[in-house]
Amino acid sequence: MRDVAVLGIGMQDFGELWGKSLRTIWAESAIAALEDAGVDSVDLITVGCMSPGLFVGQEHLASLLADELGMAGVPAARVESACASGGLALRTGFAEVASGLCETVLVSGVEKMTDVDGADATYALGTAADQEWEGFHGITFPGLYAMLAQVHMQRFGTTSEQLAAVAVKNHANGLLNPHAQYHLKVSVEDVLTSTMVADPLHLLDCSPVTDGAAAMVLTTVEKAKELGGDRPIIKITGSGMATDTITLANREDLSELGAVRKAAARAYEMAGKKPEDLHVVEVHDCFTIAEIMATEAIGLFDPGFGASAVEDGLTSMQGKIPVNTSGGLKSKGHPVGASGVAQAIEIVSQLRGEAGQRQVEGAKVGLAQNMGGSGGSSIVHIMEVV
Amino acid sequence: MDSPARAWREFPQRYRLEATQCTECEKLLYPPRVVCPKCGSSTFENIVLPREGTVVTYTIVRVPPAGFTEQTPLPIALVELMEGLRVMVQIGDLADPSDLEIGMKVRLEFRRISWDGEAGVIFYGHKAVTA
Repeated sequence: MRDVAVLGIGMQDFGELWGKSLRTIWAESAIAALEDAGVDSVDLITVGCMSPGLFVGQEHLASLLADELGMAGVPAARVESACASGGLALRTGFAEVASGLCETVLVSGVEKMTDVDGADATYALGTAADQEWEGFHGITFPGLYAMLAQVHMQRFGTTSEQLAAVAVKNHANGLLNPHAQYHLKVSVEDVLTSTMVADPLHLLDCSPVTDGAAAMVLTTVEKAKELGGDRPIIKITGSGMATDTITLANREDLSELGAVRKAAARAYEMAGKKPEDLHVVEVHDCFTIAEIMATEAIGLFDPGFGASAVEDGLTSMQGKIPVNTSGGLKSKGHPVGASGVAQAIEIVSQLRGEAGQRQVEGAKVGLAQNMGGSGGSSIVHIMEVV
Repeated sequence: MDSPARAWREFPQRYRLEATQCTECEKLLYPPRVVCPKCGSSTFENIVLPREGTVVTYTIVRVPPAGFTEQTPLPIALVELMEGLRVMVQIGDLADPSDLEIGMKVRLEFRRISWDGEAGVIFYGHKAVTA
């Protein structure tokens, strides 16, 4: 396997981008990544996108986007693993470069979610659950995580205040991210008094509906050294993926995210790293409970201790291990197909020392954890400064 | 979810709670599968699930998906009907949804689940009520 480096990153503002179409927000980020990388051609384009069919009525997306960039002719593939589609696009690009099939790959993620109304967006996101045996009964995506939260609360004594602490932290971080959808300071009280979406999750426990895109250029470490100039070279040292039962009914232990645990174990093994080697981490905080369970599953904290860790400030910007310095999906926004790529971009920015006010001093090793559905799939990447 | 065939082919499970049990490892499967996910066997016995069970976890959906807006708030639970077999169902007839709790004993009843407008398919299945 060849060593793979991140040559360029491109991200624009996330938000409710009424004036821009899917293809436009995607192209803006793609062009930013190509410019950052200093290349004008690639061997492959990967596009992570959960549901262009339901959100904008468009399939055959990757070809459309390749053409939008003036790259008709270049191989292009949309990959999908619900909200982990972006992570899968990165892993696919990584595998193509590592294997020698491609020299340079444009990895991207995009979702245009505000062209449908709230009920249709809720339905589209809900299709990440088992339609015949879960969706049939009217369960929603927040509802599934709410069920996981109830179990976590009952088994470990996790409280609504501890869930709220995740939102408070991530919104505080998001204040420092110019691309974040929300620049909004929230308090524990704000979270607890916000509208109940699915008990025990309030509106401010949930990530928002967002339009956004993110892109990266990958190549070999060897080529990155030739092209990279003075910038630190960021190598992808670990990539792990795992699945779990989509239906919560079939999951043996509802207090943990098994797919995340397995994906992280595979990434750690490939990278030869342990949780205590990490300096900065992005996890998939689609809901506050998801961040708590993800930090446990990737081994930052023992099962049941993720909640108190947030409350004690261990994962804050100044804490023992900063988690979601970007603001996370919670504050930065969650254009589902783009999130996995945007998480990786935050880690690259941190490792390059280009994270501005959010910079974690001396960050040399970072991890990004992306997740599909209510933990039915997860993809974890570890990146390091060469 | 509006095709009559899609609703019709699930009738044995949704209407009659038919399930299967692996003859090799006794794993319970609802709905039935082609291959046992536990042991890989493909021989099964048909069984009918009991109607009494226990709430394993739950939520009350207050922001519903399209098709359920008239039924909100919507209490939904995972109910364990046999050891190792859980189903997701709505909880019906609750005077106060906040009475719902883990460990609650419930019983499944045949109910209308959702409907597709004035002229579309009406979907039936089971909801749980307090035992």
